[in-house]
Amino acid sequence: MKEKPFTIKHILDIAGLSPDQITYILDTAESFKEISTRSIKKVPTLRGKTVINLFFEPSTRTRASFEIAAKRLSADTLSISASTSSVVKGETLIDTARNLEAMQPDVIVLRHSLSGAPHLLSRHVRASVINAGDGAHEHPTQALLDLLTVREKKGEIKGLKLAIIGDIAHSRVAHSNILGFTKMGANVVVSGPATMIPPYIEKLGAKVTLSIKKALQGADVIMALRIQLERQNKLSFPSIREYATYFGLNTQHLALAASDAIVMHPGPVNRGVEISPEVADGPHSAILDQVTNGVAVRMALLYLLLGSESQ
Amino acid sequence: MNLYLKGARIVDPSDLTGETPVLIKTKALYDIYIRNGKIAFIAPQGKEPIPAAAKVIDLAGKIVTPGLIDMHTHLREPGEEYKETIATGCLAAVSGGFTAIACMPNTKPANDNKSVTEYILQKAQEAGLATVYPIGAISKGLQGEILAEFGDMKAAGIVAVTDDGRPVMNGELMRRALEYARNFDLPVISHCEDLTLCSGGVMNEGSVSTQLGLLGIPAVAEEVMIFREIRLANLTGGSVHIAHVSARSSVDLIRQAKASGINVTAETAPHYFSLTEEAVAGYDTNAKMNPPLRTTEDVAAVIEGLKDGTIDAIASDHAPHSTLEKDVEFNMAANGIVGLETILPLTLKLVHAGHLSLYEAIVKLSANPARILRIEVPSIQIGKKADLTIIDPDRKFIVDVHKFQSISKNSPFHGWELKGKAVMTIINGRIVFDDLD
Repeated sequence: MKEKPFTIKHILDIAGLSPDQITYILDTAESFKEISTRSIKKVPTLRGKTVINLFFEPSTRTRASFEIAAKRLSADTLSISASTSSVVKGETLIDTARNLEAMQPDVIVLRHSLSGAPHLLSRHVRASVINAGDGAHEHPTQALLDLLTVREKKGEIKGLKLAIIGDIAHSRVAHSNILGFTKMGANVVVSGPATMIPPYIEKLGAKVTLSIKKALQGADVIMALRIQLERQNKLSFPSIREYATYFGLNTQHLALAASDAIVMHPGPVNRGVEISPEVADGPHSAILDQVTNGVAVRMALLYLLLGSESQ
Repeated sequence: MNLYLKGARIVDPSDLTGETPVLIKTKALYDIYIRNGKIAFIAPQGKEPIPAAAKVIDLAGKIVTPGLIDMHTHLREPGEEYKETIATGCLAAVSGGFTAIACMPNTKPANDNKSVTEYILQKAQEAGLATVYPIGAISKGLQGEILAEFGDMKAAGIVAVTDDGRPVMNGELMRRALEYARNFDLPVISHCEDLTLCSGGVMNEGSVSTQLGLLGIPAVAEEVMIFREIRLANLTGGSVHIAHVSARSSVDLIRQAKASGINVTAETAPHYFSLTEEAVAGYDTNAKMNPPLRTTEDVAAVIEGLKDGTIDAIASDHAPHSTLEKDVEFNMAANGIVGLETILPLTLKLVHAGHLSLYEAIVKLSANPARILRIEVPSIQIGKKADLTIIDPDRKFIVDVHKFQSISKNSPFHGWELKGKAVMTIINGRIVFDDLD
């Protein structure tokens, strides 16, 4: 009997994926990109499957991306946001999940403000769980779409220099990308205010420099992170103005990077703060490619978790 | 019923003056006769005839020690009886080999007045198992603002004061507590944690917290508060006891303070010498506690502190929580684990590993807690109350939380194979726990 190519039950983090599995996901995503360019953007692959988007944190693009991905594969989708959930009535995450479970979903996509919530959920439901961002822990689908974008633009990931700039401590995107890019052979450097560099980040595989210029020197890929103003404790930096001056990505900073460097941002962008409009909209920007690839990666994951089992 | 304990080895650290009878320092075997709740005689094995009508208990291969005392237990009554009651806590205590426990005041309502103290003592008496020594609050309502009535509570039966569960952030209040406690000869137990350095942290600050995306609590949050308490103890002449020491830097500070003659004592709990922050991996809420589990280096320093006497006592920090508080997102989970039924085996692990002698381990589980709390030091002597713990140092078993007597089952040690446990607990000459083969 032919071995199943992908036997993972949940996508909880990049830490749990091997380089081979990441490559397999990216290859699958590439093959799904074409569907989104058709005039009829729909295939019957996941007909009869149910995907629940359970979002306990505000999100527009990630939720829309998952919803479009599921619909293009003909799955039925249901999106639940915190404001409409029973959590506000005091129900626990596990009870919410068990109630949803009783409706027989096949995949639950969970966005949660607390790290580890998808792990907790995965222990209590039969459905597959995809982590759509948990606290300051990980955002694995974002890292996968970033990897796909870089692989498209650069051909391969191995040997590239990736500079991640900004609020590393509060960024699940940074965590997943450090793990994902180093697993695929890239060199990752992080920089930003020292108050935003968490202890022992090197253990995830990143190098740390407090000089943003050193971080950007010769970088092939620059990733600016959103300043998560809602997560700051007001002691991390003195003012938005000062942050933009010293840590915001502008054209002078970009000039330090490789001439064909690409600029990424997980969005939503605080224009003029972590990235200047000239850079965000300039020729090096791959920000909208990231969004496009997000749909393909999420289609691939839904397919691999569900569709491939009937192959 | 009168008991005749036959052929046991005795380990009794109650007399550290060097005048201890030779029998305690040898490996010879002894018979102990308990009549009317008291020790009637101790004799070399077979020397004395077995009194008529005595129940004979063969203790070959077992060790008899003075009753163990846990100086840091959270009984959830009054207020949270679904987690633990005074009766079930006492049952858990005797099942773990403890004849006495001191209970922390962070109940609901808090033990900050004599009515609550009296209630606890009454419930403990009704349970009729372990002796319960209530500990009173430092501040009214544990709010850290106004001193609680130490005098009234002492008259009602408290043996120490603490706001455990949270620190006394107000330095002046802590100073006054240390001063005022001197009037009543009460030790002040400090939960050392500078909250301004914790900023919402839920585990140790380090590589694991970064990896898991959880906010960290740096060891320095404990260290700076210990430094403050030591200096205040020096200023006031009061005696401060540092609860649940978890960090290397903390051990160093206490060691230095003791060397300079400051009146400070300290305890740690088994999780701080048995587990590291790695136990949190997978967001296991049974590994969430305060202070948090720390690094391998911290564990080594805690063990070193136990070996050289810097850390005087081992306490359970028994903190029962139900699944309502533990089977939730890590950030939202309550701190703490149940410990009464694993503290002795985990301490014996240090003995088996050669870090402590059995004698030293019993000192930290019996004589030293009694001395710190100024209660009678349990001992195995003729005429003394027969509060005894019988230990099988070689009994292997698998920790099974479902067999715990505690109502709560929140333990990270479930499934661990351990060697050595209490097999019988005797209080006032009465067998209150029996797990002999």
